[in-house]
Amino acid sequence: MGRIQLEQVSKSFGELQVIPPLDLEIEDGEFVVFVGPSGCGKSTLLRLIAGLEDVTSGQVLIDGTDATDIPPAKRGLAMVFQSYALYPHMSVRKNIAFPLRMAGMDEAERDRRVQNAADVLNLTDYLDRKPAQLSGGQRQRVAIGRAIVREPAAFLFDEPLSNLDAALRVGMRIEISELHQRLGTTMIYVTHDQVEAMTMADKIVVLQSGVIEQVGSPLELYRRPQNRFVAGFIGSPKMNFVSGEAAKPYAAESIGVRPEHLQISSAEGAWKGVIGVSEHLGSDTFFHVLETGLAESITIRADGEVALNRGDTVYLTPEPDKIHRFDARGRRIE
Amino acid sequence: MATKASRAAARMMISPSVILLLGWMIIPLSLTIYFSFLRYNLITPTGNPFVGWENYYWFVTDPSFKAAMINTLLLVGGILLITTIGGVIFALLLDLPMFGQGVIRIMVIAPFFVMPTVSALVWKNMFMNPVNGIFGRLATGMGFEPVDFFGQIPLLSIIFIVSWQWLPFATLILFTAMQSLDQEQLEAAEMDGASWRNRFWFIILPHLARAITVVILIETIFLLSIFAEILVTTNGGPGTATTNLTYLIYVSSLLQFDVGMGSAGGVIAIILANIVAIFLMRMIGKNLDA
Repeated sequence: MGRIQLEQVSKSFGELQVIPPLDLEIEDGEFVVFVGPSGCGKSTLLRLIAGLEDVTSGQVLIDGTDATDIPPAKRGLAMVFQSYALYPHMSVRKNIAFPLRMAGMDEAERDRRVQNAADVLNLTDYLDRKPAQLSGGQRQRVAIGRAIVREPAAFLFDEPLSNLDAALRVGMRIEISELHQRLGTTMIYVTHDQVEAMTMADKIVVLQSGVIEQVGSPLELYRRPQNRFVAGFIGSPKMNFVSGEAAKPYAAESIGVRPEHLQISSAEGAWKGVIGVSEHLGSDTFFHVLETGLAESITIRADGEVALNRGDTVYLTPEPDKIHRFDARGRRIE
Repeated sequence: MATKASRAAARMMISPSVILLLGWMIIPLSLTIYFSFLRYNLITPTGNPFVGWENYYWFVTDPSFKAAMINTLLLVGGILLITTIGGVIFALLLDLPMFGQGVIRIMVIAPFFVMPTVSALVWKNMFMNPVNGIFGRLATGMGFEPVDFFGQIPLLSIIFIVSWQWLPFATLILFTAMQSLDQEQLEAAEMDGASWRNRFWFIILPHLARAITVVILIETIFLLSIFAEILVTTNGGPGTATTNLTYLIYVSSLLQFDVGMGSAGGVIAIILANIVAIFLMRMIGKNLDA
């Protein structure tokens, strides 16, 4: 079981309040991603749950019992660190067995569990190597192995993929998702990468300066962002925001349209502009349209076959039912 | 250094310093070896005949040689033990956040800057003197018999004084190593259920292993030749209680004016130091590779 509740949890470092009191519920078996720009307090929140930092006020409940004053080791949680934090002088086998050894488990059971974890993570051939002899991806798997042997109530991941190269990151993303499917254990995952959040999460928690901006499933966040911050943070490339005169007809202070919800045409449309930089991805092309008089640049996603060049005059038309409207304080208008 | 010409030029350029350094080492060494085979005593100027291994024979069979060897081992071993264990403890303590951290860290290093003769004299006269020293005063004040440090426990007293000088060095190196320990490793160990003792034993100590071997190597090289502290405190006595190999060589060549005997002792000391160095190098080489 791994149901985690935060009740009015806050954290201050001296005078500075990094996390104002917040409530959050994480259901058993959920894959929850904390996402936000750097310095938004997402790692701190994770460390509060882990017990590596003390909460300033409020309660952390794990499976309904108050864990606020329980030391990290006794909370039944396992953590995978950004730097992997493998013990460099121990072999992979010893690294994975370390938490079991600390728990005083007998050697036969320890070996069996290490073997199991190694099978699951394809580490069998590397058990006698030192961490320094492994690649980034393998180290990552050892760190995960060290977490799963303990059979914890929940896994905590602190930006585990940020030290890997792009191709490996995609692979590990899928591996972690598969691991979650197989184990069915609660996972809390911290990242600044919204793509990781969108692809892996059951539930995303978007944070900004310690405040929860929105909680919801990836598609909920994509379709109905509660405010401008979430709208701009979720989705790639970023949503285009237009304010002032052009937003007036929609009875909003500002409106937002995602690049994929704009039609481009060289003949006619709502907004006129000139093509600036274009990014060709093959399947799609992103055009940065300038001189629209609405915003500095408007990004639009077009099919990869659309042939437009720098300096061409184009017309853009937003899909009417895909326009997000925001009030003066940046909140969503239904 | 790509071309043959530039490599040759480089060799030419460094040759003066290499030749100078080589000469600096080779000439005294060969003279010492040469003297060690002569009967060469300044008190009996009867020429300097070649006597073969005689000097070595008399030096090694002298009862004070055995005492000097044991004293040298006890000195080096005792000081290494105190400074490495103490250094680890100090490094752990200095790593804790505390008030006045910067000042305290500098103060801890300070004894290393005091000259050996000065610190030995200060300890001898101001602390360990049974009549005027602070320890003696404390003991008499509380009604105990004051300890005559250099009379009753001379070797231990010298070990203590030299340890006091070298503890800062060990602390400095170990503290630097301590600061390079990845905090996430300690946190991971904490999450894995390791108690403070286990974290020290399984994470911190292995991390410090390399620094500890460096401390042991460097200190051994310097501690084999402790001299000033012995000269100003006990003069090698009482008897031969604090005579180490260095001091014995000093006694033969400068107090007994026996240049040949002193040289033989010097050659033995060089051989011993090299044996120790080879062992340490291999030990360290292993530790540095891992």
